[in-house]
Amino acid sequence: MTTHDQQALLKPPPLAKRPWSTARIAGHVLVALWAIAFGYLIIYLLGNLEKPILEFLLPYLSGSWSEYALRRLETHEFDSFMGRYVKQYISGFLVTLQIVSLSLLIGAALSLPLAMARASKWKLLSVPAYAYVYFFRGTPLLAQTFLIYYGFGSFRPELQSLGLWWFFRDAFYCILFAFALNTSAYQAEILRGAVQNISRGQWEGAAALGLSRPVTFFKVILPQALMVALRPYGNEIILMIKGSAIASIVTIFDLMGETRRAYSRSYDFQAYIWAAVVYLMMVEVLRRIWDRIELRLTRHLKR
Amino acid sequence: MDEALTLLSFGGQGWGDEIARGLLITVSLALASLPFGLLLGFLVALAKNSQEPSLKLSANIYTTIFRGLPELLTLFLVYYGVQTAIREGLKLLGNDTYVEVNSFVAGMVALSLVFSSYASEAFLSAFRGIPLGQYEGGFALGLTRKKTMAFIIFPQLIRLALPALGNLWLILLKETALVSVIGLDDLLRMSGVAAGNTKEPFLFFGIACLLYLILAMISSAGLTRIEHWSKRGELLK
Repeated sequence: MTTHDQQALLKPPPLAKRPWSTARIAGHVLVALWAIAFGYLIIYLLGNLEKPILEFLLPYLSGSWSEYALRRLETHEFDSFMGRYVKQYISGFLVTLQIVSLSLLIGAALSLPLAMARASKWKLLSVPAYAYVYFFRGTPLLAQTFLIYYGFGSFRPELQSLGLWWFFRDAFYCILFAFALNTSAYQAEILRGAVQNISRGQWEGAAALGLSRPVTFFKVILPQALMVALRPYGNEIILMIKGSAIASIVTIFDLMGETRRAYSRSYDFQAYIWAAVVYLMMVEVLRRIWDRIELRLTRHLKR
Repeated sequence: MDEALTLLSFGGQGWGDEIARGLLITVSLALASLPFGLLLGFLVALAKNSQEPSLKLSANIYTTIFRGLPELLTLFLVYYGVQTAIREGLKLLGNDTYVEVNSFVAGMVALSLVFSSYASEAFLSAFRGIPLGQYEGGFALGLTRKKTMAFIIFPQLIRLALPALGNLWLILLKETALVSVIGLDDLLRMSGVAAGNTKEPFLFFGIACLLYLILAMISSAGLTRIEHWSKRGELLK
């Protein structure tokens, strides 16, 4: 057999041409529709950037193009939506970040004792913990927020005598309180599920080594449980970012609040489009980062 | 205590009937969104499960968007977006009028969009739980692709997807509360109105929370029964 023949034998068979099935046509049409939608969106939003783009391009343009750009810059009044509201959007974004990170941290701190109580054999601890978790997971976050923000106002004299009124008077603290309680219930369930997922052998092994129960829990069980809980924790953060939009309803100017304010002033639908872009980017970036973290932390489990 | 009961009674003095009407609207909004969400979710799952990369891509874009946006923002996008679109359309026709979209319909559309993108994930993982042999068995019997899907795959799919769909129903029930923000007289809004009029916010929002909890409990009980029913073939062991 000559080398030529061998090559002919080793060559893979030509790929069969895929027919234009209904699915393929539908898929291409849908992708085209998405492409048109995104193209339109980009052009629509780029209208806000005409001035900086023209200013940036001016030195590179020549002839009639630069004349056009100069004339446009001189005669046109650039009154773009983002030009007016960019500061508000940035401050709203920062407030959203603040609310999300603070309530997640406080919730995490609360969730550990809650999960322990929930898993406890002692009914006096486990039943109230179960009721707490059931309540916060079973009712809408918006209703909980109203209950805390408006409802605690009913107890103003009592709260004043306790010296806590300054806390419940402030919408921002109320939101933090409501979100932290809400997320603590979810996080407690994540944690409990993860801890109970660790096999008994780990406890027994640690006991055989003479480790005390607290040391076993914090040094042996919890690290493994957190690994299991990583993905649900990521989902919880995303839920919190999305849920934080609710803060805008009780007068907080987070990203959503600034968006609503900008819309009520300008009646420009762009307000909501920009918010959508920012929220989507936040969630997507977080999701990507989380995938990386998970890949890194579980690299010893990969084969 | 008597005072609270008077406030909650049905009739002229109490707010019981208003809140009951709100509860009815909440439940009907969730029930109305469910079929559209399920249907759309199933179609999106079919697209994601297909061999065709372009179909997969477009379905993935859809779910990425509606799973990434806050539900409140989706609601506003639908509510004001449709309003703006209709107004612009009428302007083109030379008719400048103010249009208001029905908040129930806007809520239904927004909740269906969100529900469908999550439901598609539930259906997709159920699809992955069905072995290839089931399809092959169907084809071996001479069934067409559609018949295989309808009589062999779909019944198993429902059983596999049911627990996740049940969770999504509970989430949907809670998300209906957001529609109160665009002025639908649902449970939460009616309790808010009652709270504002009686200066008893803790009582009324507490009642609203309690009613949501009761709805969740009834749903879980119902879902357990449906799941039991769907598994009746597996119980004989």
